[in-house]
Order: sequence, then structure tokens, then C-alpha cells
Amino acid sequence: MSLWKIAWRSIQTRALASALTAVAMGLGVALVVAVLVIYEVVDHTYRRGGAGCDLIVGAKGDGLSLVLNSAYYLKKPIGNIPYSYYRDLVEGYVEPKVQIETAVPICMGDSFEGHPVIGTTPEMFDEMRYLGDRPYEFDDGGNFTWEDHTGAVVGWAVARQEELGVDSEFKTDHGTGEGAHAHEQIFTVRGVLKHTGTPVDRAVFVNMEGFYSLHVGEACDDTAEHEDHPPGETEHVAHEPGSNEDTGDPDASSCSLSGFVYVDRNNDGRKDPEETALPHVTVTLTRTDADGTQVTQRIKETDHAGFYRFTNLPAGTYTIFETQPGGYFDGIDHVGTAGGEESNDRFANIELQPGVDATDYNFGEQQGVTAVLVCLDEITRWRIEDLKGKINRGPVAQAASPIAEITGLLENIVGKIQELLLLFAVLIVIVAGIGIMVSIYNSMSDRRHEIAVMRALGAGRVTVMVVILLESILLSLGGGAIGILLGHGLIGVLSPTIFAQTGVAVGPFDFRLVELVLIPGLIILASLVGYLPAKTAYRTDVARSLTANP
Amino acid sequence: MLQLTDVKKSFAQPDGNELPILDIPEFHVGQGDQMVLVGRSGCGKTTLLHIIAGISRPTSGKVRIDDWEITLFSEAECDRFRAGRIGYVFQTFNLLPGFTALENVLLAMRFARGFVDKARARQLLERVGLGHRMTHKPTMLSVGEQQRVAVARALANKPRLLLADEPTANVDAGSQQQVLDLIRETCGEENVALVLVTHAPEVAEQFQRVERLEDINRVATNR
Repeated sequence: MSLWKIAWRSIQTRALASALTAVAMGLGVALVVAVLVIYEVVDHTYRRGGAGCDLIVGAKGDGLSLVLNSAYYLKKPIGNIPYSYYRDLVEGYVEPKVQIETAVPICMGDSFEGHPVIGTTPEMFDEMRYLGDRPYEFDDGGNFTWEDHTGAVVGWAVARQEELGVDSEFKTDHGTGEGAHAHEQIFTVRGVLKHTGTPVDRAVFVNMEGFYSLHVGEACDDTAEHEDHPPGETEHVAHEPGSNEDTGDPDASSCSLSGFVYVDRNNDGRKDPEETALPHVTVTLTRTDADGTQVTQRIKETDHAGFYRFTNLPAGTYTIFETQPGGYFDGIDHVGTAGGEESNDRFANIELQPGVDATDYNFGEQQGVTAVLVCLDEITRWRIEDLKGKINRGPVAQAASPIAEITGLLENIVGKIQELLLLFAVLIVIVAGIGIMVSIYNSMSDRRHEIAVMRALGAGRVTVMVVILLESILLSLGGGAIGILLGHGLIGVLSPTIFAQTGVAVGPFDFRLVELVLIPGLIILASLVGYLPAKTAYRTDVARSLTANP
Repeated sequence: MLQLTDVKKSFAQPDGNELPILDIPEFHVGQGDQMVLVGRSGCGKTTLLHIIAGISRPTSGKVRIDDWEITLFSEAECDRFRAGRIGYVFQTFNLLPGFTALENVLLAMRFARGFVDKARARQLLERVGLGHRMTHKPTMLSVGEQQRVAVARALANKPRLLLADEPTANVDAGSQQQVLDLIRETCGEENVALVLVTHAPEVAEQFQRVERLEDINRVATNR
């Protein structure tokens, strides 16, 4: 019969008190386990979740916000960068000319049933990797193609929650949360992703072209900044005037001025047939007399073809000014047939001779992308800081390293909170340990006779002391076992909430190596709290205790 | 086999004075002898048993068991010696409540030798008539049965000397004789010396050697 068994029997003798103290210990340990496991999973997920790319390029501002927004879909986008900047990155025009393996644009700001909707290209799933180097796989269906403008891919959790499958159709909402309004465009699910354990699980991905078409006349996101873009060279392009005629003053001479507002996708200043027209953009025409005094002002909106035309204008000097449409970046503007000076959204000093129909005063605009996820290949990865520095010193964008930002966040903020929680949890465990001490100590007066009998049977002082210590250790470890079960149960119960709030997938069976520290930790604690009652047992006066009736 | 020489015991009192309890110039028990010790309550019978068992130390004097002078032993040596060579039957409340009858016997073996001999433990329990109640805990046994387990336990390590402190005092009349017979028979079978404390005349009269503590103890006679 081992001393363990003797200790266990004396626990059994006081089953209720022992169970209660063990449960108190269990609660403390459960908290420790929950804090440890959740933090570890958060740490793990965040550190590796954002590591699908080496750099995230986005609007200037806080790097952490950019990373949280574009890699974890957590905060509102801080702004957009021009589409042309993304193209320049891909084409390698951004200094230093580092070979970029993959650069995937993402557009954000929309939602579907509360899940973020991300406009992107098929490269997102064809080229990108997650959690290191795992390729994306589909539970069902597959990726959308470049041409499939209404194609969509849904994350594992979204598909489950919203019961979406291949060929399901859905509409997205502009904005997120309160104040969102529905778009008309219908997207069709082409593929459902397998579980990744990353934020991708709870997002919806649509073809960026489809995403842009939702936003003609609106912002890609509401917080987009309007940045000026330096003018480039212009070229004349012929066009057929649309139907947006302004009858103006019927008595005036027959001059006219016209042009388009359009999305200059390739940023070449030329209105190509496939480029999207922008309707409902306000264009203001003013005429100035010889001494520069403004004499007339007329305001028009572009039509569905993005066309505007002022007619029945008297000969004179004119200025056309475009009110920058929200959500777009200023692109290259093109001076029309009657000449003039081009400056920021403005054509000035247009000299109209009598009877002239001046055309092609075109305002080019640039769409925005929220961020570009940039991957470098192994050979050029060492130049990452060089590339990052150059982008950050430039006027347009910032580059943030997701790993560095997240490591900073985890260590500086989340880590501190975890330390605090852990401190509380450890305090609870210590209090529970003191509970065990009090429980055993209180029982000592009842057990003095029992201990004296053991001593009389030949058990040494050290033996009875060890029995009490073992009892304390058994109670602590039993409590620890209860705590580990309870802790993982707690995690299991909380996991849907944690996942919905943070995108961190944590299961009840996510055991962490660090939990093993609990075992020696509890044994040490138990020995400390068991020492006082054990010392009492050690000092028991056998003769007196034997004669005293219990 | 048991020899006490000039054994004195006194207890410190709160007022600082020593209260003498025992002063025994000479006391002897031979191997296999069975004797009874009688005396008034509080005259020091239990204290004497504790001193013989090495549970208490005499203030002065020598206690010799076989060739061992236990008064020279350290406390740990006393514990070990007692476990191996002396059986002790208490008046009552002497079984460990968390353990079955069998385990109570095994515990005595565990403490004495570090290992257990289950076969002997079973044999002893069968000998005291409890073969069918080995897995019962003390609370499920009658007082008489408990005392029989205690006898089995006291004999577990084949002691040379059995000390019994009023073993029948709390046992009902029917079982009293049974327990007494059991103690005497098993001690006889195993050639164990027996010192039995009692103040029941009907118990004492069954023994050939009956010592009154007052007769051997100078303190008691003076009080």
C-alpha cells in the first residue's frame, strides 16, 4: 500500500470538503488554461495569418491599421491608393525596381450579412499562400476567373453561417453595419474555400471588376482620400458626342464645349472604348471677359456615357472645372480640340472662336484599391526593407510589414493584457492553493488521533508529513485536471464568439505545450501550501493524541 | 524479554512544577508470558504502556526489550522498533476510518516493513473471524468487530510483545469474552508476550499473573 493510496484514502474520507477545494483550484486552473490557450492561438493565428505576404501597401497612415484592415478585415479601411499605383508596383515602375513575385490588389468597404466583402483578382487564391506556404483549397467549386466579373469565392465559415454553396447568388451591401445600403449587382458563388483557420474563413471575395462596377458613381469606400496625381502626357482621341446636350441660351452663337469623365484604367490619358464612363459628375463652365472678370457660369452633370456638353456658347474665353467624384483619384486630364491650359481638374483659357465645336475635354479618373498584398520571391526578399523605405518616402502610399506590425501589437498590447489576465488567474490558483491549505489544516484537529494511530503503528514523523503533502499534491493535481477539462470546455463554449469577433479559430482540443508547466507548477504550489499542515502532522504528540478522545 | 529498571516519568505542570506519574524500580515480563496490569483510573497505566512502546520517553530509567535498550534509541529508531516488534491494541477509536479492515492490517505492515504480506493479513483476519468482512470500513463494523480487526492488526508484523490498553472496555458484554479469548489464543499461538491493562475484575481473574500498578509504582502508592 503506497503512501499515495494512503493520502488518497484520507481525501476520500473527507470527500465533500476535498471536492470543493479541488473545484476551487479547478476554476483557477481553468482560467489559466483559457488565457494561455486563447492567447497562444491568437498569437499563432495572427503571427502566421498575416504572413501570406511580405508587405502590405496601402494608403498613408498607421501601419498597424493597414495590416489589421487588409490582412485581418478588422478595422475600417484607412483609405485607398490609386489603381495606377498598384499597376506600377506590378509593372516594377516603383523604385527600387525589386522583382515582385505576386502583388494582389484588394478593395474593401462592402459587406454581406456582416461579413467583409473583398474585391480582388483570381491571384488571391491562385498565387497567394496562407499560414506559411499552404495553397488555398476549395471544399466545393473553384476560383473565379478574370473575365467572370460577377464571380465570388466564399470563406469556409461564411458558407456555413449563411448557407452558401456553389451557384448561390447574393447581393452585397455598401458599407458595413448601420447605414449600409444594398447594391443591385448579383454575385454568384463559384467556390467555397476549405477551412484555413485564418480571417479568410469569414470573408467573401468577389472579382474586383464586379466590385468596381458596384461603385460607379460612389466611393470604393467612404473614407477614400482625394489625392492629386501629377499630369502626364496627353493624346487626342476622337469620340462621338452623346445625347447630353445643353440647349443654353438660344440667342447666342453656336459654339459648344464637350468631353467625358471616365475611369482611365490604364492611366494613359486616352479614353479607350472598354474604359468605364462616370455618370453624375458635376462639371462647371465659366466665361471670363478680357479683364478676367467672370461673366457666366453654367453647371452640368455627366450622363450615363460620362458625357457632358455645353452648347449655344458665345465666342470667348472659357474655363471648365470638374468637381472630383468621390472615391476616385484624379487621373490624367486631356485638353480638347480648342486648346487651353490644363491644371488640376480644370481646363482654363479655352479660346472659342465663333462657330467652333470644341470636343474631348476629358477628365480621366483613377479607381482606388484599399491595399496591395505584395509577395517577394526568395531571391529578392532581402531587399524588403529597401522597397518598404522607398514606398514610405514616396508621396502616395505606405508599406507595412504584417509580421512586424502584428508582432509589435501582440507584444506591446495583447501581450500585456495577457500578462495581466495570467497574473489574475495565477492569483486565483494561489488563493485556491491557500484554500487547500486551510481545508487540510482544519481537518488536522480531527485527524490528530488518526495520525497518532499511524505513528503508533510505526509510521515515522516524516512518513505522516509526506502523506499530508501527497494529499495536498493530489488535491492540487485533481483540481488541475478539473481545471484543464473546464478550461478547454470553456474554450469550446466561447470558440464561436471568439471566431466571430476576431476570426481566430480555437477549438476545445487546442492543447498547448505550455499547459504542461501547470503540472510542476501545481506540485510546487501544493508542497508550499501543504507544508504547514504537514508540519502539524510532523509535530503531533502521539501519546497525548492517543489518550485524548477525538 | 521486557525489563524496566528505575523508570520515572513526570509531566511538567503549568505552574512549572513537575508532576510525578511513575516511579517503577523493577518490572519484568518473560517471553510468551501473559499478564494483566490493573489499577485505578489515572494511576499511569496508559503512560506505562506508552513508555514500553517507545511512544513516550521516560524522564529517567531504562527500558529493555530483548537485547535492545529502547530508551537509548532515537525517535525514528523507536518508531521502527515499535512497528516491527510491538503490537498495540488501543481502548477504542483505533482503526483508521478511511481504510477497510484488510487495509488497516496492511497499513501496519506497510509502516513497519515498507511492504505488505496480503496472505498473512487475510489469514489473521480469518483467524479473528472476519474473513467475510475484510473489505468493510470501520464504520460498517460493530465495536467488537473493530476491536478484533485491531487485534489482527497488532499481530500483523509478528511482534514479540503485545500491549493491550483496556481492549474490552468499550465492547459489549457478549463480545468482551470473545475478544479477550482471541487475544490470549493468538498470543499463545505465536508465542507473543502480552501486557493487558484493564480494571474489569472479571478480565483480570482469568490471568495467572496480575500486577497492581500501585504495587510496583512508588508514586501511585504515595498518592
